[in-house]
Amino acid sequence: MSAATAPTMPKMPSSETLKQAGRVGSSPTPSQLLPDATLIRWLRDMMLIREFELRTMAAYQQAKIGGFCHIYIGQEATVVGTFAAVNHDDPVVTAYRDHGHALARGMTPEACMAEMYGKLHGCAKGKGGSMHMFDRPNHLYGGHGIVGAQTALGAGLAFAARYDWEVLNKAPGAPVLDGSGHPADRPRTPAGKKVCLCYLGDGALNQGCFHESLNLAGLFGLPVIYVVENNGYSMGTSIERGTTMAHNLVLKAAGYGIEGIEIDGLDLLSLYDKFKPYADRCRENQRPGFVDLKTYRYQGHSMSDPQKYRTKEEVQKYQERDSIDRLAAVLMSPKGEPAVGGHLGRGCLSEEQFKDMQREIKEEVRLAVEFAEQSPSPEAAEELYTDVYANPQPGLSSIRDYHHGVRNSLL
Amino acid sequence: MTTAPSIPTLPIIDSPIHPALTNVSLPSFVDEHELPSREGSRVIQFREALREAMSEEMRRDPRIFLMGEEVAQYNGAYKVSQGMLDEFGPQRIIDSPISENGFAGLGIGAAMYGLRPIIEFMSWSFSLVAADQILNNAPKMLYMSGGQWGCPIVFRGNNGAGGQLGSTHSWCVEALYSNVPGLKIAIPSCPYDAKGLLKTAIRDPDPVFFLESERMLGDKAHVPEEEYYIPFGRAALRREGSDCTIVSFGRPVNFCLEAAAELANEGISVDVLDMRTVRPLDSAAIVRSIQKTGRVVVVDQCWPFASVASEVITQVVEKCFDYLDHQPLRVNTDDVPTPYAKTLEQEYLPHKRKIIEAVRSAVGKA
Repeated sequence: MSAATAPTMPKMPSSETLKQAGRVGSSPTPSQLLPDATLIRWLRDMMLIREFELRTMAAYQQAKIGGFCHIYIGQEATVVGTFAAVNHDDPVVTAYRDHGHALARGMTPEACMAEMYGKLHGCAKGKGGSMHMFDRPNHLYGGHGIVGAQTALGAGLAFAARYDWEVLNKAPGAPVLDGSGHPADRPRTPAGKKVCLCYLGDGALNQGCFHESLNLAGLFGLPVIYVVENNGYSMGTSIERGTTMAHNLVLKAAGYGIEGIEIDGLDLLSLYDKFKPYADRCRENQRPGFVDLKTYRYQGHSMSDPQKYRTKEEVQKYQERDSIDRLAAVLMSPKGEPAVGGHLGRGCLSEEQFKDMQREIKEEVRLAVEFAEQSPSPEAAEELYTDVYANPQPGLSSIRDYHHGVRNSLL
Repeated sequence: MTTAPSIPTLPIIDSPIHPALTNVSLPSFVDEHELPSREGSRVIQFREALREAMSEEMRRDPRIFLMGEEVAQYNGAYKVSQGMLDEFGPQRIIDSPISENGFAGLGIGAAMYGLRPIIEFMSWSFSLVAADQILNNAPKMLYMSGGQWGCPIVFRGNNGAGGQLGSTHSWCVEALYSNVPGLKIAIPSCPYDAKGLLKTAIRDPDPVFFLESERMLGDKAHVPEEEYYIPFGRAALRREGSDCTIVSFGRPVNFCLEAAAELANEGISVDVLDMRTVRPLDSAAIVRSIQKTGRVVVVDQCWPFASVASEVITQVVEKCFDYLDHQPLRVNTDDVPTPYAKTLEQEYLPHKRKIIEAVRSAVGKA
């Protein structure tokens, strides 16, 4: 199922279930305090990612996109909900299933698609590809291809953000940190407390780097939240076959002095309600966090995955709880009436408005593909030896001198 | 339907330093003969020269911090950072657990954000467990991000046989790591250069691997009071001669100078070139010397197969083949894991006798 079809209304829970869930008659949850427009934007963000990924798959099948390509469909609520809980200038770093992170952080679909097409106007000038989405203006410090390697970078980003706040704020004449995404030529204003979001798949739980990073984060008090996008599989290996304590991953974090939480990643509103206060605490206390965020990918691990390790019924079971459908149902249900997942309807989105949104998104992504088609390929003579050194000097290569090429289109 | 997208033209970067790195001020470099004198009475140890370099730069730039095993409370496993905790405090001089991959990666993330980390490996041998971070992330970040993020970081520590440490603790990493584009490698042979090169490494906006030697940390020499920087990619002529060129870097330069003194007694005079950085490599200086001598011996403390010596000789053949009167020769460590026994380890190194024999052979007096 995709957002291309109008959502079906899931079965309403009984009022008894709602009372047990504490959603009726108690104080409002964080998401209930948000304006309708915000929730509609969340829905749009998720729908954009899904439509984008459908076009990505089509382009991959036409061999317009090369290399490894990992599709985010099914996991959209994860990035939309967690990003909504932090500030735009909080640093974010992730693994290689990163198209959703790029789009949800604000990268244009053009730059994201052009990157996969290996074009000059891609976010990394066509030098990174699907697995390496970097967006400095949007504080996305990369998708990273080696499983778990980004967990140490997340610790470092959090370290630097804390250092900025704790050390540089007190250092006379300290410069603006040039990598933080801010224009460095502006005068320095005191840095505030930040929290870094570092995403990883459940497969990364078994990498040494992850454990070293959690230890460092716990030890040094680094404001980084490790968000495990637990889709149940590291490639074709189910989590039970790959990691110990799969049923209770927060115990892994507890071993490093980090109080972790489990979150249902398919219900955007409850995800936000649980994650928002957690992220606020990590920021305020400048402490690390760990989230076992249970989600599911509808597609294979990568585009070349025949998916023999799971049944169609299992995929279907998750699709019935589709995060886009669920949020759409809440927004479209009559205001104040019990909707789905214990949430009350918002009555703020008509079927017609929903369909208009679908049409807009389709057109937006179509134009992104067209942009990617038309963007020039990087020329080897001009771009092969660029961006290797920030300070190129003679003698660095025995073949050719390095130089600077064209400025990245995002900067 | 909306109209077709317009494709903007992208301007060429015209700044000498890539715009991914701002707030970079490269020192103004002077020619070798304009540097403060190497002669004088301010005699300090190699380790103190390193400490002075870090401390001076840390006083200048609050973005710099030092992290590594035992660098703070223990005052440095080899006392390089002695006293730095007292001066700069625990937020800038930071003890890490034994977790090289983790803290190397932490440094890289911090460098991306805009800090200027110095990450100390107690030994470069231990950097092998951080290989993914230091080879996959640091040198490739600028390229993979299409010029959005650089990685201004210094990794430093002891390199090479420390003295009967056995094979796992005696790694020379310059051959392995210099193969990777995106990083720079500095390898000083004396206290004066150690200070000037490390200060340059810290100011440089690219990732720099700075290779020291446990066996040299106690070496003493005059290091001037005034501030100076030694540029990367410029070799120093340590001794001048006319019969043969010896090219070396790091600790073996000292073996070369011992060998050169003995060869002088036999009437053989040699140029001893100290490369100081292997990437960038000052091949122009090598060519200039060979144009004079017609002969070259490369002395390298890595294993011979695909070593820096191999690279130097390849470039020599490519750039000044016609000037050669004898095939280029190389003196590496022996091609075996580093042995423990004193006798074996002594023989394994590219020591004086091997260098003398190679030069004699090159000049036809074997």
